[in-house]
Amino acid sequence: MGQTLFDKIWDAHVVSSNEGFPDILYIDTHFIHEVTSPQAFDGLRQRGLPVFRPKQTVATADHNVPTWNQHLPIKEELSRYQVDMLTKNCAEFGIELYGLGHPFQGIVHVIGPELGITRPGGTYVCGDSHTSTHGAFGAIAFGIGTSQVEQVMATQCLLQQRPKRMKIEVNGKLQKGVGAKDIILYIIAQISAAGGTGYAVEYAGDTIRSLSMEGRMTICNMSIEMGARCGLIAPDETTINYVKGREFAPKGEEWDKAVAYWKTLYSDDDAAFDSVLSFRAEDIEPMITYGTNPGMGIGVTQHVPETASFEAKEQGSYKKALEYMGLHDDEQLLGKPIDYVFIGSCTNSRIEDLRQVAEFVKGKHKADNVTVWVVPGSKQVQEQAIREGLDKVFDAAGFPLREPGCSACLGMNEDKIPAGKYCVSTSNRNFEGRQGPNSRTFLASPLTAAASAITGKVTDIREFLKEKELV
Amino acid sequence: MATKIFKHIQTSVVPLPIENIDTDQIIPARFLKATTREGFGNNLFRDWRFDGNDNPKADFVLNNPNFGGKILVAGKNFGCGSSREHAAWARADYGFDAVVSSFFADIFKGNALNNGLLPVQVSEDFLKKIFDAVFADEHAVIEIDLVDQFIKIVATGEQESFEVNPYKKACMTNGYDDIDYILSKKELITEFETSK
Repeated sequence: MGQTLFDKIWDAHVVSSNEGFPDILYIDTHFIHEVTSPQAFDGLRQRGLPVFRPKQTVATADHNVPTWNQHLPIKEELSRYQVDMLTKNCAEFGIELYGLGHPFQGIVHVIGPELGITRPGGTYVCGDSHTSTHGAFGAIAFGIGTSQVEQVMATQCLLQQRPKRMKIEVNGKLQKGVGAKDIILYIIAQISAAGGTGYAVEYAGDTIRSLSMEGRMTICNMSIEMGARCGLIAPDETTINYVKGREFAPKGEEWDKAVAYWKTLYSDDDAAFDSVLSFRAEDIEPMITYGTNPGMGIGVTQHVPETASFEAKEQGSYKKALEYMGLHDDEQLLGKPIDYVFIGSCTNSRIEDLRQVAEFVKGKHKADNVTVWVVPGSKQVQEQAIREGLDKVFDAAGFPLREPGCSACLGMNEDKIPAGKYCVSTSNRNFEGRQGPNSRTFLASPLTAAASAITGKVTDIREFLKEKELV
Repeated sequence: MATKIFKHIQTSVVPLPIENIDTDQIIPARFLKATTREGFGNNLFRDWRFDGNDNPKADFVLNNPNFGGKILVAGKNFGCGSSREHAAWARADYGFDAVVSSFFADIFKGNALNNGLLPVQVSEDFLKKIFDAVFADEHAVIEIDLVDQFIKIVATGEQESFEVNPYKKACMTNGYDDIDYILSKKELITEFETSK
């Protein structure tokens, strides 16, 4: 019996496996940030322990940071305190920190890959559920709680039960205007926000294979939104070309050795999965969410479901969600006026996302009723965008390019969507209050977000693409 | 380091029959700025409990003096969303010892177990029975026994067994934690590193 990609990587990292106990899994790199680490550092102090492998621990400040005037002190006292605490803890425990002002600073799931720290076959954890992003390289990567952050700091290992394995295949040709974000929103809408719970999900099929690394990261990033433990995609030439030459990627002989190993990382033809799902790329429209979990998504031309279409016991929760969103049964979102557009987050803030948006908005201008924020995922993405002149395109369109951070994805820093306002957002969660108390989120792709910013209402990007063809 | 020991509880419960309760509802991100594990209970379900002016919302169950107890009972897919352990701390800090639902999100479940807060997964049917019992009598008592792995509606005697990882069960009933266990295998870790 062959092995799955997931099992190959897992087995290569098992330090100890004992009947009745979870496995002790070795962690190659531990990413930390300011929000979920302070209590873990405190725990180490109480136990009198050092960080076991500080060189395999990488820190950045992202959740709390402002995305405007980063050279000034953080205004909000508690945010500043948390970021200062990270600086102090990293200094005390000997951990490299890519803090504010550092050329490598950025959202933790953007910087790991772009620095060549995230590689095929590795194991990565972070006190952040979107750590699943790194799985795009053919790695095992998942989010952990603070007690586990402390565990990894103390031992470079994690006690983990091996999850079940699921394969999700997407085959076929995507429609114009449909991209990675639409694929993952479509999958989650099909299998629900809990459909992947208990599984490690491998994405496969020719549609997935045709995606860039940025697109693959968008897909793996949202694995957690279907409840999955992690998501991963087998490495191929696209992966190898992306990693090659990056700051911390292996070099010379080490590189050749690494690539030879990476080429063994795929699920064998006869590998057994606990569950296999299959989708057709042609069925996927540009997607948008209407509710308060990422499973509540529809094609942009479709109507919001009727309450009566749900089982009786689910109707209460459904009504609550629609009420929060200010929507009603059977409403069509297409054409609904919006107030904000947020392009950013660990889902969609990479250079490719910004290039795609810039190409689309060139020569256009945002609608008067909309405020647009474009937030790069990292300092490197920001610098690259400026080198390519994207900032000027954005400025001319009324889409100011801000500074890197998690920004309006989670309403923890200064960037919050006001109560009652609608935001078309390229982030990953539409939970109640996620972008600020009583804010209302429509999750969508960068292209759908950009098109909606131009018209001031929820828009089908394909309408624009048709016009382009006519010209 | 020793953690709280959990073996058995018998208490009234707080019902929250909503599905897909995510960690942003349990503890909104803007309250994650503390650097200790204490004090999060005040902000548990903050935006459901309090309005924009910090006044308690009368229709939310935690503001209803008729309901109380050490067990929270919630709809399926409880704790989905972020990895914030603050969600488990908030719940424990508020005074809950166990959460009952018909389905738990993965990371929340792990975080709860690491903080002496027992997640008890029951069938949809049994969950409905608990809600029915509590809405019929606000003081209905539920018993949870971790040692023998059952949950019981005391008044009717109806009960169901529940699953728990044997290792985590041993940790909770003895007050061990994971770090103690891994540290006991430290020589294996360095062996693993040199073999790579």
